[in-house]
Amino acid sequence: MSAPLLELRGLAKHYPLKGGRVVRAVDGVDVALHPGESLGLVGESGCGKSTVARLALRLIPPSAGAILFQGRDISGLSDSALRPLRRDMQLIFQNPHAALNPRRTVFASVAEPLVVQGVAGRDGVLARVGDLLRQVGLPDSFLWRYPHELSGGQKQRVCIARALALEPKLLALDEPTSALDVSVQAQILEFLQELRSRSGLAYLFISHNLAVVRQVCDRVAVMYLGRVVEEGPVEAIFTAPRHPYTRALIAAVLPPRPAGMPEAPLAGDVPNAAEIPPGCRFAPRCPIRMDRCTRDDPALAGTDHRAACWAASEA
Amino acid sequence: MTALLDISDYRLAFDGFEGRAHVLDGIDLRVAAGESVGIVGETGCGKSVLARSITRLVDTPPGRVLSGHIRFAGEDVLAMDQRALARLRGHGVAMIFQDPMTYLNPVFSIGSQLIDVIRAHDRAAGQRMRPRVAARAAAAEVLGAVRLPEPDRLLDRYPHELSGGMRQRVLIAMALTGTPRLLVADEPTTALDVTIQAQVLRLIGELVAERGLALLLISHDLGVIGALCRRIVVMYAGTVVEDADAAALFDRPRHPYTRGLLAAVPDLARPDHRARPIPGHIPNLLAPPPGCRFHPRCPLAVARCIAEKPALREVDGRRVACHRAEDIAA
Amino acid sequence: MSATRPSFAQRHAATLRQLRFYAWSFGRSPSSMLGLAIVALFFALAAFGPWIVPYPLDATGAMNLGNRLKPPSAAHWFGTDEMGNDLYSRVILATRTSLWVGLTIVGAATVVGVPLGIAAGYFGGAVRAAIMRVTDVFLSVPGIVLALAIVAALGPGILNGIIALAIVWWPGYVRLVEAKALALRNEPFVEAARAVGASHARILAVHILPNCTSPIIVKASMDMGLAMLAAASLGFIGLGAKPPAPEWGAMISVARTYMPNWWWYAVFPGFAIYLTVLGFNLFGDGLRDILDPKSSRG
Repeated sequence: MSAPLLELRGLAKHYPLKGGRVVRAVDGVDVALHPGESLGLVGESGCGKSTVARLALRLIPPSAGAILFQGRDISGLSDSALRPLRRDMQLIFQNPHAALNPRRTVFASVAEPLVVQGVAGRDGVLARVGDLLRQVGLPDSFLWRYPHELSGGQKQRVCIARALALEPKLLALDEPTSALDVSVQAQILEFLQELRSRSGLAYLFISHNLAVVRQVCDRVAVMYLGRVVEEGPVEAIFTAPRHPYTRALIAAVLPPRPAGMPEAPLAGDVPNAAEIPPGCRFAPRCPIRMDRCTRDDPALAGTDHRAACWAASEA
Repeated sequence: MTALLDISDYRLAFDGFEGRAHVLDGIDLRVAAGESVGIVGETGCGKSVLARSITRLVDTPPGRVLSGHIRFAGEDVLAMDQRALARLRGHGVAMIFQDPMTYLNPVFSIGSQLIDVIRAHDRAAGQRMRPRVAARAAAAEVLGAVRLPEPDRLLDRYPHELSGGMRQRVLIAMALTGTPRLLVADEPTTALDVTIQAQVLRLIGELVAERGLALLLISHDLGVIGALCRRIVVMYAGTVVEDADAAALFDRPRHPYTRGLLAAVPDLARPDHRARPIPGHIPNLLAPPPGCRFHPRCPLAVARCIAEKPALREVDGRRVACHRAEDIAA
Repeated sequence: MSATRPSFAQRHAATLRQLRFYAWSFGRSPSSMLGLAIVALFFALAAFGPWIVPYPLDATGAMNLGNRLKPPSAAHWFGTDEMGNDLYSRVILATRTSLWVGLTIVGAATVVGVPLGIAAGYFGGAVRAAIMRVTDVFLSVPGIVLALAIVAALGPGILNGIIALAIVWWPGYVRLVEAKALALRNEPFVEAARAVGASHARILAVHILPNCTSPIIVKASMDMGLAMLAAASLGFIGLGAKPPAPEWGAMISVARTYMPNWWWYAVFPGFAIYLTVLGFNLFGDGLRDILDPKSSRG
């Protein structure tokens, strides 16, 4: 197998609160992403999946751990040292309405990466932006429009065009379709899949929608309270999940057909990231909790399909 | 038997800078007492405006009712005075919305907000307002009814101290403080995580069954609708396009839009099913397409679809608004 | 085929449509239109005053003692003052002073306050702490009291009054812009700019400042009236403009000794102040409704 494009080792992001408490938003994450691969990052709100993406792209500095991009640790680089690397990694946001500056035209937004990185000359920019728009399926007539004149799906296409402007190797997508209607979601997903097969981009695909992840991703990492609890090939995760949290997430998905009342697979709420329980952090909500689980914190175990669960490692 | 909720030929428009937006175009919908009906549709289909119309929460102007009527338990909602509306909102129709935080006042405790609502319902019903102590007991009881633990302690807490799921339960409790006969739930779980969504949907289903309420569940998510509703109404661009039994709708959609919508949703259980988009985009309601509003995106459109607006009619044991419903193979 | 640069009208069609929309919503509010009318009248009088008033020389300290304190009449619509000068002429010509005062104070406050506010909100941390501490010190003393102290130190006069008021006026802009910049800093479009490697200077100039302009315009238009009122107050207590320079506050200051028998002397300049402040307030409110609709509801 080729060397990973991105590798996160023991990655952590802690936010100190007043009174000495610490929010452990990301608390020891180890995953790798290979060139051209699509890794899904799933979990409920507050599990730290968006923070992982921002750490991986070094939009925020980590508290601990290493971020290896093409084998080079970028966790401690300064803003100016990061600038040339920004060409290789880009981000797509959940809410395309907020991801475009309302005062700037589509042209200005898509041209910004080219201007900032000094990639295309003054004359080249217009042609290049036109190309990019056509790549994402928008006609030239959109160049001089403002975001408020576009639909949600069109805005997301503009955001994708902006992210593609620098021809990155890694695209982090933070819930790219969850603010969109299903018919539009299908358009964007279709485009993203086609784009990856054409360009060999790698995706770090963050979503709470497991059905979408199953369609788009090669591998999946399931996060709970700042930690990856299970990671493996997409088929293995969905057909033979090992961690009880993964099983609960899958059970909670409502199929798009009449299914009757859902089982409530888990009681209670996700605990606060400032009060992470001792032992296995999922233990308080876990249906198969054992004595050991409240004492010892399980690590990810396994080779290709890894799970952080005492019950899974014993089985 | 008369329906509990009876909406017929309801047309609503909004007047704005760019002209008149025809947001609802001849809605026909009946909900029987105790029935659970789901309304599904995408952004701009008018489902939320329709929900708010039931209790006249749509401001007029800029809204303007062009035709039709809305009857609840035989009474004409559009003709109600303020007192009758207050009674309707407290004791006829209860509503819950997507973002519970927006509907809770951050500076008052849960208890004080619930007590105020309970007393307001007393007044709307023409009774003497309960003293606050008695209302507090009722508030604790209704928090217990939505399965919130330690309701007495919860009464003294503030909205920001609760999780999203707990806030939505508080909103449901608030909706139940009157004696509603219809619960209108507009995207009640959209802001919640999947495991919490399952809990809240289960709760709504149980409460509706226990109290014999009718439920009008509005969502963009077919899974949410499918979990609680036996009957599904599909809306597109301000019109009802199909109104059918849930199982029949999923197995044999008779409207091309319903079919497109079902094909666009990825299904975790069927990984080989590739979500297929519906080409085109939703119409501009300032100048809606003539005839059938779906015709510009419809793979089956013929000349008649442009010339003539299809009426809702009985086909295959359901109501469909499509000239070509018979041609759509199962 | 590559994209060609379209004409000005095509590129700016959206902007023009937006402006038409603003005009339409503004026109729907009678109070906004009243404000606009008053403000327009004020500007027109300031621009053309010397050519439309009957006695332009009366603003320069001429004396017509034979005409002292005459009540309003066809020759003197607002009556005359204790020097026999035409009050109508003086009230109209004072609009120029007021306009100059308002523009200078608000302009200086914006130029100083906005960059500080943007820096405080965007950078946060120590930069914000330093800027906001200083701002808070200014805001903790009532503005007019501080202005009085400054004028007392500098000596009375209209220029010193303007300087004093500008010194107390800028902290309000820091506060306003700081809050807005703080919110914008976390917007995804700012993060997107950082993700492509944009510098802080570029982000501030391209993404933060243009999105702060609406509240600044709204506040500036409302502050125009308030700054004129404050300058008139200084004039009234004798620390601002000095007679015979035409200035409403100074005129009322002299006129108060002639109340109530010679009521017109105080009433017309007073009404001019009232109308101007009201006009700019209504106008600013109207601007807020169209430019910043979220903050006006609620």
